[in-house]
Amino acid sequence: MQKRVVFNNRLLPYALLAPQILVTAVFFFWPAGQAIYQSAFIPDPFGLKSQFVGFGNFEFLFSDPYYLASFQTTAVFSAAVTLLSMGAALWLAVMADRIIKGSGAYRTLLIWPYAVAPAIAGVLWLFMFNPNVGLVAWYLNAIGYDWNHVLNDGEAMGLVVVASAWRQISYNFLFFLAGLQAIPRSVIEAAAIDGASFWKRFWTIVFPLLSPTTFFLLVVNIVYAFFETFGVIHTITGGGPQQATTILVYKVYADGFIGQDLGSSAAQSVVLLVVVGLLTVVQFRYVERKVHY
Amino acid sequence: MAQIAFSNLRKSYGKTEVIHGVDTHIEDGELIVIVGPSGCGKSTLLRMVAGLETVTSGEIRIDDRVVNKLEPRERDIAMVFQNYALYPHMSVFDNMAYGLKIAKVPQAEIRERVAVAAKMLELEPFLERKPRQLSGGQRQRVAMGRAIVRKPAVFLFDEPLSNLDAKLRVQMRVEIKTLQRRLGVTSLYVTHDQVEAMTLADRIIVMNGGVAEQIGTPLAVYEKPATTFVGGFIGSPPMNFLSVERLQGSGLAASFGEAAPALAKTVGVRPEHLSFCGEGQAAWSGELVIVEALGAETLAHVRLDDGEVIIVRLDGGRTAPVGESRVHVTCEADKLHFFGADEKRID
Repeated sequence: MQKRVVFNNRLLPYALLAPQILVTAVFFFWPAGQAIYQSAFIPDPFGLKSQFVGFGNFEFLFSDPYYLASFQTTAVFSAAVTLLSMGAALWLAVMADRIIKGSGAYRTLLIWPYAVAPAIAGVLWLFMFNPNVGLVAWYLNAIGYDWNHVLNDGEAMGLVVVASAWRQISYNFLFFLAGLQAIPRSVIEAAAIDGASFWKRFWTIVFPLLSPTTFFLLVVNIVYAFFETFGVIHTITGGGPQQATTILVYKVYADGFIGQDLGSSAAQSVVLLVVVGLLTVVQFRYVERKVHY
Repeated sequence: MAQIAFSNLRKSYGKTEVIHGVDTHIEDGELIVIVGPSGCGKSTLLRMVAGLETVTSGEIRIDDRVVNKLEPRERDIAMVFQNYALYPHMSVFDNMAYGLKIAKVPQAEIRERVAVAAKMLELEPFLERKPRQLSGGQRQRVAMGRAIVRKPAVFLFDEPLSNLDAKLRVQMRVEIKTLQRRLGVTSLYVTHDQVEAMTLADRIIVMNGGVAEQIGTPLAVYEKPATTFVGGFIGSPPMNFLSVERLQGSGLAASFGEAAPALAKTVGVRPEHLSFCGEGQAAWSGELVIVEALGAETLAHVRLDDGEVIIVRLDGGRTAPVGESRVHVTCEADKLHFFGADEKRID
């Protein structure tokens, strides 16, 4: 039997691939190419012509303290979001996996937040924590804590982290739960008979066997924290106060569309592209080695 | 080393009772095989002993301790699973050492105990391998090694050989028996294979529909099945069952008719106790349907006049009266088993 599919018509395989390639070309290669091209120019204030500056935009970027600070913000933000969303999801999945009665209801409820659009999720949290009208802020005030994320860096960062992580928990939960259920029951039972307590079993058997899922989610969550949290940040803090929550992708938007510095914005996109590329390579090279398939 | 006792042991899932009260006492060092068809509750019984299923009512004692409420790890047992349940991310050594590490046994002793078990099971060359790099038989040995190193009071085997091919199964069966004899550990062994049950067991528990139909030594179970189910389940090919009325109308009515107790409904006869005979001595007559020559034995299927098919087992050298469309079958009167309307044996 032939293992590879062989097409009789030479054009058919190309035709079948075309839609995917077209989508990738239009929505990835073309904009990415444009970004790389534009990063070498500075347009004039009216956008009538551009001046070629080579790596000028990049030189300027890496001597800009705000840009460098944004790197740090991004690192803190994505690490916190990834850790929080994966940790919480894993804990919920382990608990949901133990439940026998009504597990379907719990699972459905836990998956729901994923259906909420990022901007809506942002507004949801914003209303809860708004220093003037927010319910949670009001209660915090009542117990003597003066909550104001509009002025306080740490509180602003905490809020966007929680709001971003909250949305991702559902997604992670789903994968962790599937991962947990793929572990043969008898392996866990064997460990129980071997004398391992619940937490001992978790750390020595379940967690290592879950590592392919964990690794996959790590990659997905970091990419999520880098890019897809834009809506949450935009609605809750708008990058403030004082750029405390301006992560790289938000700065691309802020500098490009609000600051109208398109050259710098394009250069930032290119940097972001390289950073995420590198991160993914690093993850696959070094983290994957510790994964047991 | 331990004795195990079940008293009126029951298990229900919701309102459905799946084990209807099992009583038995297992002596120190005995190998007990629980045998029965799928869904008879044999695995559930074993898992209750292991502590993987809760006990609905009744008692399980290991030595003098009631273990109903104890966690698996507090029961001093080891279990070998059908799919081996090896830890896929650990080497063979770590698989065997896992329980000892948790019990905080000193490193040097762990190494020694694993080495002893590995030597016993001929696993020494594979200690650094992962389970997926082993064959089925080797994985089976690792699962046994993991049980042995812990020196438990009781071994539990849950259909450990059913994932192996036929040849390996026979080999491992002998090894398990030898090993159990050598270690002298009380063992409970669950299987659906009656040959495994007969060859391994000191005593067999035949289960059907959540009830222990008979408990006894393999030969006792074979020679005096307590119910028609046991007669049909133990022995291959199974016992033939016929109605007593047929017997009374036969040519052997004079000798058999009196042998049949008053309440007997069914008569059972093992295929090897039947033989072909002349029309004059015939207990049953019918038509020869098919002859299976297996070498050591030959199985002749005879369709009786009322459509019932019985199997006659002949020694390999002898052939069935081929070519004769009508054959006559008989057996000795003391080889008949009588069962009442409740399917229980009548002596």
